[in-house]
Amino acid sequence: MNDRRKLWAAGWLVFAIWLLYRATLGAGTTYVMQSPAGNWVEAAPIDYAAGVAQFSLIRTLGVWIAAFFTLCILSTMYRDNPFYRFAEAVIVGVSAAYAMVVAFWSGLIPNLFGKLWPAWIQSWAMPGLSAGREDYWWLYFAPLVLGAMLLWRLAPRGAWIARWPLAFIVGTTAGVRLIGYVEADFLSQINATILPLVARETVNQPAAPGATPPIDWGQSLQNCIIVFGVLSALVYFLFSVEHKGLVGKVARVGTWVLMISFGAAFGYTVMGRIALLAIRFEFLFDEWLWLIDPLGRRTGIF
Amino acid sequence: MYEILKNLDRRWIFLAMGLAVAIPVLFQLQFPETSSALSEACFNEIENLQPGDRVLLAFDFDPASKGELEPMATSFVRQCSKKKLKLYFMTLWPVGPQMIDEAIDRVIRTDFPEMIYGDDYVNLGYKPGYEGVIKVIISDLKTLYSTDARGTNIDQIPMCRGIDNIRDMNLIINVSAGYPGAKEWIQYAATPYKELPMIAGCTGVQAALLYPYVPAQLPGLLGAIKGAAEYEQLVNDKYDVQAGLVTPPRYLEAKRRMGPQFVAHLLMVGLIILGNITYFLQRSHERRHS
Repeated sequence: MNDRRKLWAAGWLVFAIWLLYRATLGAGTTYVMQSPAGNWVEAAPIDYAAGVAQFSLIRTLGVWIAAFFTLCILSTMYRDNPFYRFAEAVIVGVSAAYAMVVAFWSGLIPNLFGKLWPAWIQSWAMPGLSAGREDYWWLYFAPLVLGAMLLWRLAPRGAWIARWPLAFIVGTTAGVRLIGYVEADFLSQINATILPLVARETVNQPAAPGATPPIDWGQSLQNCIIVFGVLSALVYFLFSVEHKGLVGKVARVGTWVLMISFGAAFGYTVMGRIALLAIRFEFLFDEWLWLIDPLGRRTGIF
Repeated sequence: MYEILKNLDRRWIFLAMGLAVAIPVLFQLQFPETSSALSEACFNEIENLQPGDRVLLAFDFDPASKGELEPMATSFVRQCSKKKLKLYFMTLWPVGPQMIDEAIDRVIRTDFPEMIYGDDYVNLGYKPGYEGVIKVIISDLKTLYSTDARGTNIDQIPMCRGIDNIRDMNLIINVSAGYPGAKEWIQYAATPYKELPMIAGCTGVQAALLYPYVPAQLPGLLGAIKGAAEYEQLVNDKYDVQAGLVTPPRYLEAKRRMGPQFVAHLLMVGLIILGNITYFLQRSHERRHS
């Protein structure tokens, strides 16, 4: 064992002893209490100290497992390791299984089988469902048949049958999305860019009736930036004209506009990622290690 | 110095960033917030509604983006509950129902026990189908939602009677972490039906993509944790500070997370400056040697 490994081993040993010490103080434990409605809800350690809550082994295990997986994922920042790979595999597996089960109970059961055979589904799966069929209930045989055809892909022969429902999915999705984009992202955006370069104040109306309101310099500047920013960015993507002379200069401005928007997007992304890191640290320091108590859940007891 | 910077192991930067976030979290560093026009627009859209008006709260996020979006979801539910609006929760994300349940537990069950399920708020749960769900419920809600998340027939829920589609809502509030989310709600609900106002809160990654929709298609937008902190402050000022009450810590989540943001952003700016210095040093170094 080289010195570096010894140092790491010693570090982990110290951390494990300290963790054990924190655990003896109660860190990482979770409590539950019965709400007036009768269901079990999470309780604070002060509720446990007051005798109205009880220790929850399952939820406590959940906190420790969550802390373990958080550390496993963060460990990849040092280097790739088996703990990270393990956590990654668990996330992928659990997510896939969860999505499949949820889609079955939220989609297939109520929206397909529940429409075709409502009385049968009501009898064993969804007591709240109406037993009567809708008018045109037989239309739901179409998605049932298409779904079965899609699953045919798994069969050893006749995989081509799956291409028909796939073509239907591609066609309908393209159609639906095209309409959405044309209306919201094309026409509405053109409309939003047609702005007066000289804007007039709307709040401070002039005293004399019929007189022109004063110029709103801030709004005018904002409108000019939007109009010229959009036009210059569009000129940058005009590849059928050589970027020389006036076109070249405008395209250059367009590059700057694009760079500024990329910078703003990057800044926002950084902010998002830091927020995610902050909540993981908050979880580790508060719920797991009991080093901080931002919600006042342990006031006076720890 | 140049050699050290040039060959700096990126893990030192990870460590510095980790400390820049961890230390403010440990010492619970907080800074005052001032609101922007967009967060005020979000606040006013809800504030202008009348008690009993219907609000659709679409929580399209999951635990991965909870750190950014949970504070704004909490504040939205709180302001709507204070205004005595009828709340219709739904989600297009498979893990969304847990986010809805947590928001209901944190706000409604804790601070508004007088609100009755089915009369004042309802959880319609998750439906798979991405934007297809929006496309359907904009014209007929009951085609997809025959029951609520608890399995109760939608016709037996008092506040769902008389609702044919989501155009019957007075406002759509979307908390969005990606696809499907705010963009899809704008494309298939807010843009084609101008009479249906919509506001949104989104992750930082999405914010830059949603700004072009402001204000015509999206009157109010909360971008990332900063937007959440501003909006949270507005809600707390109105319902706690002005009433002479102390804001409970669970309604200060966004403000608490802005402390680490400040320190981490300072570090980031410092690193960008350092990176540029290294670049210019390298260029002058190469010039000297050529």
